[in-house]
Amino acid sequence: MTVALTASGLRKTFNRRMIFDGVTFEARSGNTVLISGKNGSGKSTLVKLLTRVLTPSAGAIALSAEGCVIPEIHWPLHVGLVSPYMQVYDEFSARENLDLALTLRGLPPDAARVAELLDDVGLIDRSDDPLRTFSSGMKQRIKLAFALIHNPAVLFLDEPMTNLDAAGIALVRRVMQRQREQGILVVATNDQTDVDAFETKVDLDARP
Amino acid sequence: MPARDATSIAWFRSVGAIFMKDWRSELRTRYAISALLMFVVTTISIILFSLGSESARPEVLCGMLWVVIFFSAMSGLSRTFVMEEERGTSMTLQLTARGSAVYVGKLLFNTVLVTGLDVLTVALYALLINGFVIKTFSIFLVIVLLGGLGFAAAATIIAAIIARASTKGTLYPVLSFPILLPLVLTVINGTRLASDGAFFEEAYGEFQILISYIVVVIAVSVLVFDYVWKD
Repeated sequence: MTVALTASGLRKTFNRRMIFDGVTFEARSGNTVLISGKNGSGKSTLVKLLTRVLTPSAGAIALSAEGCVIPEIHWPLHVGLVSPYMQVYDEFSARENLDLALTLRGLPPDAARVAELLDDVGLIDRSDDPLRTFSSGMKQRIKLAFALIHNPAVLFLDEPMTNLDAAGIALVRRVMQRQREQGILVVATNDQTDVDAFETKVDLDARP
Repeated sequence: MPARDATSIAWFRSVGAIFMKDWRSELRTRYAISALLMFVVTTISIILFSLGSESARPEVLCGMLWVVIFFSAMSGLSRTFVMEEERGTSMTLQLTARGSAVYVGKLLFNTVLVTGLDVLTVALYALLINGFVIKTFSIFLVIVLLGGLGFAAAATIIAAIIARASTKGTLYPVLSFPILLPLVLTVINGTRLASDGAFFEEAYGEFQILISYIVVVIAVSVLVFDYVWKD
C-alpha cells in the first residue's frame, strides 16, 4: 500500500505565542522526514500536530492511501508514535500493554505478533512482569513495540534514542531501516548523526 | 464483511478494551474503590453520630442518602480521566482509540463503580440509619439504577473537562453540582415516593425525567467529547 502524508502551511500558536508557521512538506512510502530544531523550537508540537493529538492553528494535514484520503477516525490504524511524553501502563505487564495496543485500536488480540515483537525488542523474558519494575530504557523498548504492533504505515519517533543503551540504539536503527522500506518514517531529534539519510528535512530553527 | 460492520466491531472492541483496562487497573491499584469506600463509611458514620438515638423524618433521610451517594461518587469518579492525565497515558488513548469509544468505555466503568457504590451505600444506610424504610421497592430499584447511570454519565464528561485543570479536586464537585442538580432533585423525589409507599405508576414522571436526562447527557457527551478531551 502506498501512503502519503501531506502537511501544508501548518501554524501553531499557544495563547498569542507563535511556535512555528508555514510548515509544508509531503512524504510518500519509502520516504523519511527529519524534524530538527533547538530546544523549544516546536519539534514535539509539530509531531503532536502530525499525529492529530493537537489541532493546528492554521494549515492542513492529510494522510492518504492509494490516493484516497484516510478519515481521522481511522488514523490510529495507520500511525505509530514513540515519544518521551507518551506513556504506557505501569501496572500492566509488557504483554498486556501490547495486547492493549491492539484492542484499543479495535484490532483482535494477536499472541503471535505480541511474542514476535517482545522478542524483537529483547524483552521476551520479562514479558509478564509489570512495567513498574522496568528501567527507563526497557520502557522505551516497550514504547517502541507499542508503536509497531499494528505495522503502522507512518511511524513517528520523537527523540527515539532517549534512555537507550548501545543495544537499544541499534534496535531503533533497525526499526528505522525497516520502516524506511515499508512506509513513512518521521523522526524529530536534535541528534545530527545520519542527517543525510533523510530525504525531507524540516528545520524549525530556519522559520519565524 | 461490509466495511461498516467491520468498523462497528472495531469500535465495540475498543470500548471493551478501555473498560477492561480500567477495571483491571482498578483491581490492581484500588484508587477509586478505596476513595469511594472511605467516603461512604465516613459520611454514614457522621450521620449516625449526628442523629444519635433520634430518628429524622423519612423525607430528610431520603435526601441524606443521596447526599452520601453524590459526594462519594464525586470523590471517586473523576479518577478515570485524572489518572490518565497524571500518568501521561492520555495521549496513548488519543493516539490509539476513537474519542467516542473512550467516553463509552469510561462511562461503562463508572456505571459499574456507581452501581457498586449505590448497593453498598443503600445496604449500610438501611442497616444503620434508624427510620429509613422503603415501602415500594420497585420504584426504589428503578430510581437507584437510573440515578446511578445518570451520575456516571454526567461525572464521566465532567471528569474529562477537569482532567487538565490544575485545581481538579475542588473544580470537580463545583462543576458537577449545577449539572447534577436536576438529577439529584429527581432521585430524592423518587426515593421519597418509594419511602411513602406510592404506586409504581406514580413515579412515572420521575422515571421520564431521569431517562431524558441520561439520553441528553450521553448524546451531548459523545458529540462534544473530542473537543473537550483533545486540545
